[in-house]
Amino acid sequence: MLRNLTLSVIAALGLTAGGAMAAGEAGQVTDYDFSFEGPFGTYDQMQLQRGMQVFTEICAACHGLRYVPFRTLSDPGGPGLPDDQVRAYAEMFEVYDPELDDGFGGFRPATPVDHYPESQFEGAPDLSLMAKARAGFSGPYGTGLAQLFKGMGGPEYIASYLTGYTGEDKMEAGTLLYENVTYPGGWTQMAPVFYGDDVLYEDGTEATIEQQAVDVAAFLMWTAEPKMMARKQTGFAAVIFLGVLTVLLYLTNKRLWAPIKARAKETPAE
Amino acid sequence: MSGIPHDHYEPTSRSEKWLHSRLPVVGLMYDTIMIPTPKNLNWMWIWGIVLTVALVLQIVTGIVLAMHYTPHVDLAFASVEHIMRNVNGGHMLRYLHQNGASLFFVAVYAHIFRSLYYGSYKSPREITWIIGILIYLCMMGTAFMGYVLPWGQMSFWGATVITGLFGAIPFVGDSILVWLQGGPAVDNATLQRFFSLHYLLPFVIAGLTVVHIWAFHTTGNNNPTGVEVRRTSKDEAERDTVPFWPYFVMKDLFALGVILVVFFAIVGFMPNYLGHPDNYIEANPLVTPAHIVPEWYFLPFYAILRAFDAEVWLVMLVDWITFGIIDAKFFGVLAMFGAIVVMALAPWLDTSSVRSGRYRPMFKWWFALFVVNFFVLMWAGAMPAEGIYPYIALIGSTYWFAYFLVILPLLGVIEKPLPQPATIEDDFRAKYVERDDDDDAVAVPTPAE
Repeated sequence: MLRNLTLSVIAALGLTAGGAMAAGEAGQVTDYDFSFEGPFGTYDQMQLQRGMQVFTEICAACHGLRYVPFRTLSDPGGPGLPDDQVRAYAEMFEVYDPELDDGFGGFRPATPVDHYPESQFEGAPDLSLMAKARAGFSGPYGTGLAQLFKGMGGPEYIASYLTGYTGEDKMEAGTLLYENVTYPGGWTQMAPVFYGDDVLYEDGTEATIEQQAVDVAAFLMWTAEPKMMARKQTGFAAVIFLGVLTVLLYLTNKRLWAPIKARAKETPAE
Repeated sequence: MSGIPHDHYEPTSRSEKWLHSRLPVVGLMYDTIMIPTPKNLNWMWIWGIVLTVALVLQIVTGIVLAMHYTPHVDLAFASVEHIMRNVNGGHMLRYLHQNGASLFFVAVYAHIFRSLYYGSYKSPREITWIIGILIYLCMMGTAFMGYVLPWGQMSFWGATVITGLFGAIPFVGDSILVWLQGGPAVDNATLQRFFSLHYLLPFVIAGLTVVHIWAFHTTGNNNPTGVEVRRTSKDEAERDTVPFWPYFVMKDLFALGVILVVFFAIVGFMPNYLGHPDNYIEANPLVTPAHIVPEWYFLPFYAILRAFDAEVWLVMLVDWITFGIIDAKFFGVLAMFGAIVVMALAPWLDTSSVRSGRYRPMFKWWFALFVVNFFVLMWAGAMPAEGIYPYIALIGSTYWFAYFLVILPLLGVIEKPLPQPATIEDDFRAKYVERDDDDDAVAVPTPAE
């Protein structure tokens, strides 16, 4: 079923091969507010599930997530699917299995231990790590401060890119290019994929273009950094522990040196 | 050790005496940790312990990472993702190791600048300084090869650019390049030898660190005044110093705590801030990234490398004189390595007999400019080599060389140093007596009250 969907989507969008390498002038990126920004930010489980739905129904037609195992969908700090749903979800995808007995390998429905399939086309980059690979906001003036203070990162880029189409297109060297204000250089090979209400959200959220873009960007942040919440917890515990230890060390050090400093004041200068 | 009179380890029990007469290892440890240390060391003397901790952190996390990493062009990138997703605590180990490199370089630059300001490199501590520079070079090699291992785009293209530098050496460059890469281009052979050397070099650094510590334990620590500890009698020496344990161990641990709080905040909350996003794209020899930039700690030297292009008259002159043997590319390579060589020669280029910059009114300003220039070069190195940036890099590079080759030799002759305190004890007393007076002044109620 998915295969048919894939083919129809390609036919409909007229996708052609083409990478998305960052080059040339930087495009406009909107500073969206994501729930996972800042030291205490966490993933919004409902948003990850919505984003997963958008990815599955739209992006997965071309793009793969080769580093993401299906079983991690039930991990804490992720979309949090129950195990039976993960199994059912995985079966929707077909993966290549070199051990199938016809000698040349073949396709079979995926199980939770499999990874998402790879991209279907050379021109469609794998999206597993895209949210980290597109975090390159070096501005202003090459200081990287926008990333530091505004929390601007890859998810902002992805959401801006998906909403950044102007509707213009042009043929260039036999390739159809679409104008996109976010894409560096302004013309991208990926056709616009969102027109509004492209998916039917189960939680009743209205599927506007922007909502879908933000949701899938959040999901892709999770695929790129699935352990983010565990990492922030560890970091927080380490900072608190080391902070207390440092205060104690400060007091110890002060007390230790007090007699040395007192003696220095008492001894008259020669 | 250190020629400063102090108490030595005396074995008391029978078993201690038995061991001491066969292997005086307890005595060695005692003398090392109880070394008389100038009382007046300030907060810039904490970086040594930070560096030691950083080295241990890198070795420990690195050994565990190596258990899960696969050095093969087809598998390396995926094995790093395996560490990030499947290995228990693997994401933390990797981020600690990745940011640990930055911690290491922050500390080493602070340590080097402290030495340059307080004249720690001057006689009799030249060997300590030279070994320190060797450690720094090993660190650069280790960090560079470590960055190649994840086999991302910047790994691959960084490796291509940096190994390519050796190809610029006249006559033998191409052979050296093939020898370094293990083939005509950066490929599997390169990755595997870099992995091997990345595992080896930290232990070379550890060995050099022991010699580094041995060397300065022989001469004694420098201190903010640059005045030597009095060695004429034990009593005088004791008035200038305190034993390293517990006084400086506690002080250093406190400082280390502050630095580790910041370090863990970065690892926990923004672990990829210091890295390049392109390294999350798997290496692809067919796609060149728009801007190939090294990690931040290499940027100043990268700026020096790029500053001397074929349009600089000095480069043209050298090219012409050497009949094209030293072309612009090789000149850049020479400049980059030369920048570290001139720094290593600082003990002989600095003609001033006064150690500490505190008593050198003119030196202070040139040194401040040197530090600012370092950050300007870092920034220029991160910028594309177009527009005004190459000129900024060229001015900065020129100042780097001028500082060591012109300013340090000249200042010693023309500068009139300020009077230095007679002893470390005087300096220490002045610091606390003065501060106390200030406190009193605040405490006295003013008539208006």
